[in-house]
Amino acid sequence: MRRIALVGQPNAGKSTLFNALVGYRAVASNFPGTTVELLRGKGLVGGRPVEIVDLPGTYSLLAGDRAEQVARDFLTSGEVDAVVNVVDASLLGRSLELTLELAELGLPLVVCLNMMDEAQHKGISIDSDALAELLGVPVVETVAARGIGLKRLLSAIPQARPARPPRYSADVERAISRVEAAVESVTEASGLPPRYVAIRLLSGDPPPKSLARIGLSGEMKAAREELARARGEDPALVLSAERHAAALRLFERVAKVGHARVGWRERADDLLMHPLLAYPLLALILFALFWIVFRVGGILEGLLLPPLEGLSQGLASLAGGGLFSQLLVGAFQGLWAGVAIVLPYLVPFLFLLALLEDVGYLPRVGYLMDALMHRIGLHGKSVIPFLLGYGCSVPAVLATRILEDERDRLVTAALAVMVPCAGRAIVVFGLVGRYLGPGWALFLYLLNLVVIGVAGWVLKRVFPGAGPGLILEIPPYRLPALRTLLGKVWLRLKDFVVVAWPLLVGTSALFALIEALGWTGPLNAGARVLTWPLGIPAQAGVPLVFGILRKELSLVMLTQAFGTADLSLALSQGQMLVFAGFVLFYMPCLATQAALGRELGWKRTALVLLFTTGIALLVGLLLRGVAALI
Amino acid sequence: MNLDLQELPLPSLPAGTAGRVSRIHGGRGMALRLARLGVRPGAVVRLVSSGPFSGPLLVEVEGLRVALGRGVARRILVRPLP
Repeated sequence: MRRIALVGQPNAGKSTLFNALVGYRAVASNFPGTTVELLRGKGLVGGRPVEIVDLPGTYSLLAGDRAEQVARDFLTSGEVDAVVNVVDASLLGRSLELTLELAELGLPLVVCLNMMDEAQHKGISIDSDALAELLGVPVVETVAARGIGLKRLLSAIPQARPARPPRYSADVERAISRVEAAVESVTEASGLPPRYVAIRLLSGDPPPKSLARIGLSGEMKAAREELARARGEDPALVLSAERHAAALRLFERVAKVGHARVGWRERADDLLMHPLLAYPLLALILFALFWIVFRVGGILEGLLLPPLEGLSQGLASLAGGGLFSQLLVGAFQGLWAGVAIVLPYLVPFLFLLALLEDVGYLPRVGYLMDALMHRIGLHGKSVIPFLLGYGCSVPAVLATRILEDERDRLVTAALAVMVPCAGRAIVVFGLVGRYLGPGWALFLYLLNLVVIGVAGWVLKRVFPGAGPGLILEIPPYRLPALRTLLGKVWLRLKDFVVVAWPLLVGTSALFALIEALGWTGPLNAGARVLTWPLGIPAQAGVPLVFGILRKELSLVMLTQAFGTADLSLALSQGQMLVFAGFVLFYMPCLATQAALGRELGWKRTALVLLFTTGIALLVGLLLRGVAALI
Repeated sequence: MNLDLQELPLPSLPAGTAGRVSRIHGGRGMALRLARLGVRPGAVVRLVSSGPFSGPLLVEVEGLRVALGRGVARRILVRPLP
């Protein structure tokens, strides 16, 4: 089967295109760095099945962070039959630099000018026929988010061919030829063009894996040194500047820049990024988010809870009192809780999160938080794992790959798993939001930020070292299509339905079994080490333990443990606050632990688990103090 | 004529005005990371906004908005454009 790779700079719309070609599979967002590993899907090209691979966004094929290396290693592995270069047409000049690198790589290429609507908005008109002529490859215009141009793209893929590589200044060409002559004999077997290998080595990058044993001969070193001396700059920067100039020349031949329309999207930053107004507006937007989730969730819950509760009671009276019927009722309660308690808050939360992501506000939150992050010894790209963490901790942990430094990855991962994911959001909304009001839910989120800040400050003392400064692309505001928003909500919800529901049903049945066997007492007694200092009832112990499987379970099993959906009968408001606060921080769920283990190794994962549980206990005690005041 | 007198670190540029990058003080890694986003000697950079609490700077370069931490921005020297 032929394999086609989608390659492009971050935020060019690769994942959106991927979803449009293979069906909803990848989370696509309006911020750079959402995809950190290869995503594979099947599609049809010319009636024949092909494998389509979505690569992490990469600015350049020169070594960058780990996500970029994944993209480059895959492209040079010899496993790719054709490349679709996804280009943000509104940033054509800059994007062509990667296109020219792909031309040097020599793989069959199709250029996909995506976001043509954005380009028009900016007043850029592109002669794609001229571009196709100059590059010698098919060029297709698309608006992937609205499904425009996809058929033309698919029919262009079989016409993919290697593009014409650019020519550089005479001194650079001389240096390239010298290295090329030195490597020519070894590159043949790898199938990589000698010119590409020469440019890569000249830039000071390690050779491709298939040529790992290639040594830097004296001739290569001499060529590098001569170029560096003549230009007074690192050869990597010389080549980058040369390629930039070539891209600009190409851009000027195929595009005209007219008057850009200036609308709300350009003006919004004047307010939202205003040095003084930005922070009150951020607080306002967050509060609006909480208020809407709380109101919509409350309405949905009011509609779903009574009929399901009636059904559950009916089932209990029908089934009688045997062990089997108790199990059945337990399982049904799990299912019922998954529908009536979890979904009402989860759906609006996921929808609003997707909206903030796709409009492009989330990276701006990262920008606004950088001053704070800087103080806690983390900056730069660490914001992306943090922002992803509000959806789910697993992608947040994976996203730490975009950080270059080992120490940054550990600290960022340890802190990012404390960002409340959607599962913990359910506990906050379903317990604190519902019984204490959205203001208290917001309070917990803000407290969470402060605690992460303090924890970061502590970790900075333990693991000294400054990460590289912030250099982050801030994407333009975009009006997302409802279809893509719903697709994203569905994608995240699917994970919940497929993974969490069976778990809810299974553990609820298990819980019923434990109860029937009379084991809850000893288990709760064991968990008393946690529940006693926190000042919450012993029955809350088992739900806390089961929360390690999946955070929403803590809330769902709470209703089961107390035998009522109205938790205000069983817990005081203060106890609810303490319970939710503890759940926010203690041990990440199993799936996250697995991701941590993979990314950091098990020893460090164990450290993270101890660290977060310690913090959770401290926060719980602190909240107990707060609760005594209300 | 000594042009260097007009060189300013990027954070000293008044908000809303533009400058041409003259030099970047920093290692190969930082210069390359900046070059990827279009911040390189010769590029025209417009300062959109600078965050409070010595927070990062928001600049526009080649139609793209980029957030730069203070520490990074201080190492970028620009000549103000009229």
